[in-house]
Amino acid sequence: MTTLSTLPPSGQTLPKTRKPHVQKRDWTGWKFIGPFMIVFALVLIAPVLYSIYLSFFKDQLVGGNSFVGFENYGQALSDPKFWESMGRVTLFFVVQVPIMLGIALFAALAIDSARLHLSSFFRIAIFLPYAVPAVVATLMWGFMYGTKFGLVGNLNDFFNIAIPDPLSSSWVLASIGNIVTWEFIGYNMILFYAALRVIPTDLYEAASLDGANAFRIIRSIKMPALRPAIVIGGIFSVIGSFQLFNEPSILQSLAPNTISTYFSPNMYAYNLSFSGQQYNYSATIAIIVGLITAVIAYIVQNSGSRKEA
Amino acid sequence: MSRYTSEKKAGKSNQGLHTKKSILLTVIMGALLIYSLLPLFWLFVNSTKTQAELLNSFGLWFSGPNALWDNIVATLTYNDGVFVRWFGNTLLYVVVGAGGATFLAALGGYGLAKFNFPGKKAVFAVVLGAVAIPGTALAVPTFLMFSQMGLTNTPWAVILPSLISPFGLYLIWTYALDAVPTEVLEAARMDGSGEFRTFFTISLKLLAPGLVTVLLFTLVATWNNYFLPLIMLSEPTWYPLTVGLNQWNQQAQTVGGDVIYNLVITGSLLTIVPIVVAFLFLQRYWQSGLAAGSVKA
Repeated sequence: MTTLSTLPPSGQTLPKTRKPHVQKRDWTGWKFIGPFMIVFALVLIAPVLYSIYLSFFKDQLVGGNSFVGFENYGQALSDPKFWESMGRVTLFFVVQVPIMLGIALFAALAIDSARLHLSSFFRIAIFLPYAVPAVVATLMWGFMYGTKFGLVGNLNDFFNIAIPDPLSSSWVLASIGNIVTWEFIGYNMILFYAALRVIPTDLYEAASLDGANAFRIIRSIKMPALRPAIVIGGIFSVIGSFQLFNEPSILQSLAPNTISTYFSPNMYAYNLSFSGQQYNYSATIAIIVGLITAVIAYIVQNSGSRKEA
Repeated sequence: MSRYTSEKKAGKSNQGLHTKKSILLTVIMGALLIYSLLPLFWLFVNSTKTQAELLNSFGLWFSGPNALWDNIVATLTYNDGVFVRWFGNTLLYVVVGAGGATFLAALGGYGLAKFNFPGKKAVFAVVLGAVAIPGTALAVPTFLMFSQMGLTNTPWAVILPSLISPFGLYLIWTYALDAVPTEVLEAARMDGSGEFRTFFTISLKLLAPGLVTVLLFTLVATWNNYFLPLIMLSEPTWYPLTVGLNQWNQQAQTVGGDVIYNLVITGSLLTIVPIVVAFLFLQRYWQSGLAAGSVKA
């Protein structure tokens, strides 16, 4: 954003044939951003516009495709399946995101503290699950949860305990939360660690001269420096929660009775399209979820920057 | 004298800050390490088992004869070697998709950082707004649009959407602000170098750590992509590894389907080995690029 403040007044615009000076305003920049924007228009802007268009129509048995205004939206807002799935992902992000970000924050501070043996090994090993495809992560955890390969049963026998079935309907959301947490702790840890690395060490020296201990340094120097990274991690996590699809839909084949076709809003939209051929209604659901996600991402960003002020 | 004491104090506390290792912290982090690596250990252990041993032995330790090699051979040859085909498809999507996404992000991010052009603010708002639009929410409309354009069930349906990485553009943009000094560009212009020549001969080298960071993230995203190919592709010939693996897994649930859990598990192991190797190889390079991006948000 810093470049935006250096824009010259529009009156200073030179003809575009002049050799450009960086601060001069001309069309050269478009040669660089142009290719990105062309593909961007095709794969992002056009589908958004197309789905808005679709959401205003209804494909009826008699009469074909007809304009229905906001009818699809009305239907979605009073659809119990839609709200059930929204409730589930809301519960998911309220519980899972703070746990995941909290552990990631702890790990980043620990690795940055220089009080850890083998810290670079920890950094790489904890980041590693991020490289594992969601499909493989879900298959691994799903097999470990499941009765087929007996791991949960094995543990029950071995420790003489009774771990509840992770794929039962009361535990499946927590089990999915565990998979997502496993996948993304490392990613968030690296995001936070990168932010910690750029704090000038003079600050630590000055603080310790003033008698600050490690916890005081964390509270007064490290946490404020981490805030933008935490906001970014929070926004990505909220978006990820609302978009939950891969983990539940892959687990579905291992737990067909506990994961419904409308387990998450995204699974609902997917199944409406690909099993039900209700493309217009599916597009409507996608738009509503997108809007709600954007609003919540905005709230997360705002609450993050308000604390900063 | 006061200078002497303050230096001494600083030196002492520096030592306290940087050298005293904590066993307690190492133990707590060790627990997190075990959590992170346990499923991968499980995957490796179970890739060495036969189908029968899979169902009958303790999941977290080796059992029976080592069947790793047999499992690998079976995975690669099952169904006329469809796994190898999926592997090739994934490579294609990654090379063109992640490579292209990194290149477009580099061009665009550099353009945003170093040029002032009409519509810049609008580009900015639209692209940053797009970060908040979840990719998966667009998948269904994109599918419908692509199907009318005749692109579904072709590699393009997977590659085109992979070419856009708003986060990558953002990272390069923040990185280029500091990494490419305006004076260098001005000097190149004085010497009569065109903008693209300057970009390819000078700026790209300065952007290298940022590029590696973006490449790492787009690489992981395309190698691991599941949802997009799942909806875009209807024939297994174009599947990437992720969609193919899940199809093998679902095959066991269907009545009369061939149960091939040992191949699902060994295939999973073979799927993560290249990405993990790429990851470990690239990890030395991306740190500074990510650091530059994360602080300016």
